[in-house]
Amino acid sequence: MPEKIRVLVNSKPMLVEHGSTVAVALALAGVPCRISVTGQPRGPLCGMGICYECRATINGVEHRRTCQIACCADMDIRTQ
Amino acid sequence: MIGGGATAAGMGHIVTMDDTPAQFALSSYSQSLWSQLAPELPSNVEYAQCGTIWVATDEEEMCEVHRKLDYYLSRGSSAEVLDSEALAAAEPNLRRPLAGGLLVRSDAVLYPPCAAAYLLQEALRHNTKTIFDTAVSAANGRVQLKSGGTIHADIIINATGALSPALSPGLQVKKRKGHLIITDRYPGYVRHQLVELGYLKSAHSVATDSVAFNVQPRATGQILIGSSRQYGAEDSGVDQGILAAMIARAALYMPSLPSLSALRVWTGFRAATPDKLPLIGPTEDRTMFLATGHEGLGITTSLATARLLADHLLNRPSAIPLAPYLPTRFSRPAIEMAHA
Repeated sequence: MPEKIRVLVNSKPMLVEHGSTVAVALALAGVPCRISVTGQPRGPLCGMGICYECRATINGVEHRRTCQIACCADMDIRTQ
Repeated sequence: MIGGGATAAGMGHIVTMDDTPAQFALSSYSQSLWSQLAPELPSNVEYAQCGTIWVATDEEEMCEVHRKLDYYLSRGSSAEVLDSEALAAAEPNLRRPLAGGLLVRSDAVLYPPCAAAYLLQEALRHNTKTIFDTAVSAANGRVQLKSGGTIHADIIINATGALSPALSPGLQVKKRKGHLIITDRYPGYVRHQLVELGYLKSAHSVATDSVAFNVQPRATGQILIGSSRQYGAEDSGVDQGILAAMIARAALYMPSLPSLSALRVWTGFRAATPDKLPLIGPTEDRTMFLATGHEGLGITTSLATARLLADHLLNRPSAIPLAPYLPTRFSRPAIEMAHA
């Protein structure tokens, strides 16, 4: 099993530890998961899939909860 | 609370309806009043003239599109027919192929609670006095309040929607329950208010529960998904069976719609009359006036209702006749109606 996984965050490749959630990848990339209606940056708050603050687009599907999804090889992650 | 009932529960679709000449007159007049008011509305009202597309699935419904077009054009309103390709270009997430649709560009959407708040604020600016209480009865120039007080007034207007029979016993207004779903933000997924042409059939079926495809883009990119109609459902709880039927209906038109993430589901009660027209104007009690029974068109027709009532009270000429909406149409003796 490879130690690191390659994912794309807003089209930029990066490496994360195996088992990292997508929220971790976004935190490492230093970008907010999404921008709120009023223009504020948003990221994980509860970290357990309840608050929906950490949504982002994963492999073309919008509004995925990034704290609940593990990174996979070549996953396409886009902030909203 | 002002704007806390059906106003807060509804979609906020400003739509010209052609089911009867009287409904067309009221809704198109009121739509023009909204359009005139639009520049004054604060941004939180989210008024957007996105237009309505009446969606036709087959050639039979396309005949209805052309009938509707003629109706609008003959009454000085504009509308345009979309063929199958034009419909697909206008709304890429609709199933393909569909037969086409009718685009009514002058229709709009808004966020009703903020519109109500704005209208209240304007009334206060004109020295309106508000008393927040619950009326337990209203007749003969007296409104009894739950808190114990009494208000004396020469003119009392019952504008309490689905609750109006509680204040005016015997009023022919029934609750008609509806469900709505709101999704997360998907900007551009839906561009116009989309309504299936079968909507009128469903809106007019009085006996059974019905659902119809009716979706609306919000300014935030969120999508409102409707709609359902139920008589005799007094419980405000969400009915999972109805909800499933609404989503299945919507999926017939927008196959990818069930994959969107829904944020909330809620219900509300429309104030429905037997002939689908509102009750506007005087009653047998000289002090009591009505502005209720608008069913699903209360936001659309609110401004015209207020204008018609004001014109009547001030003895001014009105832009359209009040006669079709007069409450007295239901108070004639039944025997006369039977022989009419």
